[in-house]
Amino acid sequence: MVKIKNILLSNIVPIVFVVLCVSAIIIADIPINFLVVEIITRITRNSFLVLSLLIPVVAGLGLNFGIVLGAMAGQAAMFFAIDWGMSGVTGLIISCLLATVIAILLGFLSGLLLNRAKGKEMITSMILGFFANGVYQLFFLFFIGSIIPFSTKTMLLPDGVGLRNTVDLWGTLEGVLNNIWIIRMGQYGMIRLYMVPLIIIIVLCLFIFFLFKTKLGQDMRAVGQDMYSSEVAGIDVDKVRIIAVILSTVLAAIGQIIYLQDIGTINTYNSHEQVGLFSIAALLVGGATTRKASIWNAIIGVILFHTLFIVAPSAGNKLFGQPQIGEYFREFIAYAVIAFALAMHGLETKKSMAIQKAK
Amino acid sequence: MNDRTALLKKIDIPTLIIVLFLVGLFVLAFITGVAVPPLIGDSLRRIGMNGVLVLAMVPTIRSGIGPNFGLPIGIIGGLLGALISMQLGLVGFVGFWVAILLAVVFCLPLGLGYSWILEKVRGQEMMVGTYLGYSIVAFMSIMWLLLPFSSPDMVWAIGGKGLRYTLTLNDYFGSVLNDFMKIKIGSFEVPTGLLLFFAGTCVLVYLFFKTRIGLAIDLTGQNEKYAISSGVNTKKARQVAVIFSTVLAGIGIIIYAQSYGFLQLYRAPLYMAFPAVACILIGGASLNRATITNVIVGTTIFQTLLTIALPVLSQVARGDITEVLRMIISNGMILYALSRAPKEAT
Repeated sequence: MVKIKNILLSNIVPIVFVVLCVSAIIIADIPINFLVVEIITRITRNSFLVLSLLIPVVAGLGLNFGIVLGAMAGQAAMFFAIDWGMSGVTGLIISCLLATVIAILLGFLSGLLLNRAKGKEMITSMILGFFANGVYQLFFLFFIGSIIPFSTKTMLLPDGVGLRNTVDLWGTLEGVLNNIWIIRMGQYGMIRLYMVPLIIIIVLCLFIFFLFKTKLGQDMRAVGQDMYSSEVAGIDVDKVRIIAVILSTVLAAIGQIIYLQDIGTINTYNSHEQVGLFSIAALLVGGATTRKASIWNAIIGVILFHTLFIVAPSAGNKLFGQPQIGEYFREFIAYAVIAFALAMHGLETKKSMAIQKAK
Repeated sequence: MNDRTALLKKIDIPTLIIVLFLVGLFVLAFITGVAVPPLIGDSLRRIGMNGVLVLAMVPTIRSGIGPNFGLPIGIIGGLLGALISMQLGLVGFVGFWVAILLAVVFCLPLGLGYSWILEKVRGQEMMVGTYLGYSIVAFMSIMWLLLPFSSPDMVWAIGGKGLRYTLTLNDYFGSVLNDFMKIKIGSFEVPTGLLLFFAGTCVLVYLFFKTRIGLAIDLTGQNEKYAISSGVNTKKARQVAVIFSTVLAGIGIIIYAQSYGFLQLYRAPLYMAFPAVACILIGGASLNRATITNVIVGTTIFQTLLTIALPVLSQVARGDITEVLRMIISNGMILYALSRAPKEAT
């Protein structure tokens, strides 16, 4: 009995979410076919980004709100790739390479910063995301076209400085990965599986799995469990943490590229903003905590969180006659899940500190 | 000579950069011929407008909790007070004071609940506060649609249900404080009532920290073990600090709204905590040390900078660069404070 209760309690967030999702689906009365199509789309689109959060959690940095920086790197790389006249698979590979270079630099810098703010990594990475957003806007709203040369005038605002609010990827990078290999299933081939992004996601899962088997991965685990003992045991804690942040940022950059090629348009000034929030909420919905997260948490989280995302507006409409209520509700859920996980984290930290004191 | 170097050492490098930037802006204003007096009047208005919200940071910082990133919780209480006062059809100073009174009434239980949660998560207050604030803003967005407000000025014209995104306060208590004993010399305006109110709250907070419970909060923040050994109930001290901060936030948003002329609902309060945190940090506060002087200096520097930057920089650069500046300066300041705080906090 106690065991069952423990299992239920430690998985309370996913369980509540399953209940919420099922009731929302019933209320909204959404056709299952449509739902399956949508969920598969969301898995291909978002899983990579959510998976990019795993490494810092294991390395004890908590939830890396700084993946926003990675997303910015991915977007910036895509702008330049398009400007250089790249398209198709080459364009995408060039974008990924450029994004990786930018993300390594940004990841290194944020790693340095987070090492200076030990114990406050999450709030620091969140504020860093806001700060970087300001710098990003300064670059792409004021410097592009004036200080930084940019030749594709159609992407710029009328007076030739600053990028437009939306950049259409049609004909350049839209669906490049998706369209390489599509498997159609179901009635009239309605369910389309984009195999290449899915394979990439599986490869990433394997990469993360094997990373934690290596010496570096073991060091990360050790640092995540106890920084001071690891230091004593001869692990270069600061270096391991910086590597974890760099990996996370690079993965987020590539994740954002996969996400955007699926969406097809870039909202120059908004696309990256919500990436941190929604990825983190999804991971937590899957049952992860700030200290423990697995690949399965990420996948289950994406499915549950996005199911609610898809059905909430129509459920809100059916219940209250106002679709806005559903929209605000899913926003509330995203924030509340993170608040809950953070509160749990705080509780645990307090407890473990009390135990250490007692020792 | 020694005094001067000591003073220089006390000033943070980022604050110094910001002050130099501000001086540069004034010089630029002089060169480009932008009329300065109306800008100063505007700055004064914005200082009074934001001052009380910044002041709300003082109790929590001094109690050792750190800046109150859960400011939106108090703001929601203040919005509720203002909305009910409007629904009752109260105008002018009556409407204003009823709004303040109701705000305090709502903020007390909100602050109590908030302080209870923060006590459970000692050490993670900033992050938990931020997301509690976000959650309550999103939750209240649903409530703004459902609560039975009916005044035709407040609900959507079509359908007659749900509050509008922004409510105009002109016919209610908009700028009652600003116009109180207003001094006007040409294009230069001083919102005397507003500044008096801000000064009054500053004095109140100052006096509060001279009382028994105020001193207890100070002691708790400086050295918890010492506080306990001298018989201070540190839990209660932190609780009072959080409630006090929440109440100040509730009053602060009403001051903000009456000066701005609009009540902003839905997602508007989401990011209000960060500029307020930045203000007090610019004024020289740190994550565990803050004075009223920090509040006044910080608000003056930051708000003057933002007011002057728009007209002056639009002379030399294209478009509205102030929003970007605000983001970089305020978040950069918070990052600086987070990354340099001494280890004693953990």
